[in-house]
Amino acid sequence: MNFSVYLTRRVLSSIPLLLGVSIILYGVLHLAPGGPTDVYADNPSVSPEALKNLERELGLDQPVPIQYLRWLGALLRGEWGYSIRSGRPVTADISERVGPTLALGGTAFALALLVALPLGILSALRRYSATDYIFTFLSFLGISMPIFWLALMLQALFAINLRLLPSAGLETIGDGSFVDRLRHLILPACILAVANIASWGRFVRSSMLDVLGLDYIRTARAKGLSERVVTYRHALRNALVPVVTVIALDFAAILSGAVITETIFAWPGMGRLFLEAMNGRDYPVLMALLMIGSFALIVTNVLTDLVYSLIDPRIRYE
Amino acid sequence: MSQAVSTPILKPRRDESFVGRAFRRFRRHKLAQAGLVVLILLGLAAIFAPTLTPYTFDGQDPALLGQPTAPSLKHPMGTDQLGRDNATRILYGARVSLLVGLSSALVATLLGTLIGALSGFYGGWTDAVLMRFTDMVLSIPILPLVIALSGFLRPSLVLLVLIIGGLGWMSTARLVRSQFLSLRTREYVEASRALGGSNSRIMFRHILPNAVGPIVVSTTLAVGGAILLESALSFFGLGVQPPTPTWGNLLNGSADWLETAPWLAAFPGLFILITVLSVNFLGDGLRDALDPRL
Repeated sequence: MNFSVYLTRRVLSSIPLLLGVSIILYGVLHLAPGGPTDVYADNPSVSPEALKNLERELGLDQPVPIQYLRWLGALLRGEWGYSIRSGRPVTADISERVGPTLALGGTAFALALLVALPLGILSALRRYSATDYIFTFLSFLGISMPIFWLALMLQALFAINLRLLPSAGLETIGDGSFVDRLRHLILPACILAVANIASWGRFVRSSMLDVLGLDYIRTARAKGLSERVVTYRHALRNALVPVVTVIALDFAAILSGAVITETIFAWPGMGRLFLEAMNGRDYPVLMALLMIGSFALIVTNVLTDLVYSLIDPRIRYE
Repeated sequence: MSQAVSTPILKPRRDESFVGRAFRRFRRHKLAQAGLVVLILLGLAAIFAPTLTPYTFDGQDPALLGQPTAPSLKHPMGTDQLGRDNATRILYGARVSLLVGLSSALVATLLGTLIGALSGFYGGWTDAVLMRFTDMVLSIPILPLVIALSGFLRPSLVLLVLIIGGLGWMSTARLVRSQFLSLRTREYVEASRALGGSNSRIMFRHILPNAVGPIVVSTTLAVGGAILLESALSFFGLGVQPPTPTWGNLLNGSADWLETAPWLAAFPGLFILITVLSVNFLGDGLRDALDPRL
């Protein structure tokens, strides 16, 4: 079987996967007690009849399976529905939040990569040195870090005590220049990158150590190649193959991790929209965001396989 | 290299038991032992919290009402704006945080082991259905879903454990499945079958004990993840509700005082960090000790 057949099969098999995911998500969200009209339940000026009308209008009086089929039918026609809170199309509500999230997630991703790669390589090359021990300890610290707490502490330090950086938001009202936006980006991007720096760094280190112990590295050294060439030309290239998988799969995770970071830093992205939609029981927006998240996970999964086969010619899809 | 090459510490000893070897390997991992000691101390402190502190977690000192006070001899971690002793609240918070972390990890392990065992042992349709289901749950962004569910349900402690555990079993299921796939063809399985052993006997009396090492490691690491998740939920006001203190909801209450009383936020977070760090060190040591692949 050649690669294009494999790829086609992977893409086709992700359709039932997405369908299954949508059933689970829709069921779980809609079967939980309570609903979007709860906010009016205790309001004396809203009569029970008005509530009933509102529920009928939103289609909430139907059984959940019927609601699901309607939602799915609309989705297949490219209709994401309307936000219960804002009344605007879901696509409009979400599209204005995509930019900030991608800016934050992309910066965090690049930052994590730029720090984790050199640290992991260095740590592997100087195995059992002080550098290695310090790095290993710090990476454990990063993996164990409650990032929302780290965010609070950094806000306290840099925004409140030192007054070096803004504590929250996308930009200063009335400013909004590139430098101003960059200053707002620093803290949330660092916070979002912390856990990934730690886990990727450890992964790079162990992958590098695996490769450095192989026979062909000894051969390369025996040929009299310089340590530089051995390390970067021979070892690193092969060590990066498994690393690519882990890093690519984590990109989608960074986006969903943004729920916490965006909320703490009042960053107007998709993660914060998710919490806002959750508080208002805005089912169409919640479903859309969760489906986008699942879609991102599945796509990165398939893409990773693709990239994997391109950079490692040994891999054949039988 | 000179001939003074250090002799390998791992001397093969022929008549050494699995437990003996695991124990010896664990003894070499100093950080894991330190983690274990810290966790035991924290556990004891949580259990004996009422005898360790002269205050109660909701007891207020009327003289200290209104403003948080800084750490002092009487109140080593200060008091909050309601005049409650912060150290006491953190100590009582440890009870809930550790309990939720442990039980969530156990729920996830039980579910994952059951699904993985059935899948790996029976193969065929059972395997196909269970693994497609696992794939589906793995394709869901778990953190947002957990946040949404907690926001909707305002869960009790038990429900919170079920939510965190119920959405964290997937990696264990895959791990157990792969163990079962390789172990089910062993001779001792055949022998048990020849002696008339039932499927459930073979699965849980013969195969499972041989797969227990990796399961213990993954459970340990899951405890750390569950503590982090619970504290994040409670930090957003979605997990355990006040007045019951947990490390997460203590942080929630202290965020407003970041400017005037930063120590209120510093201590609960430090406890989360130290606990999860200890758990991760312990898990790393257990992996060295128990994982036969090393």
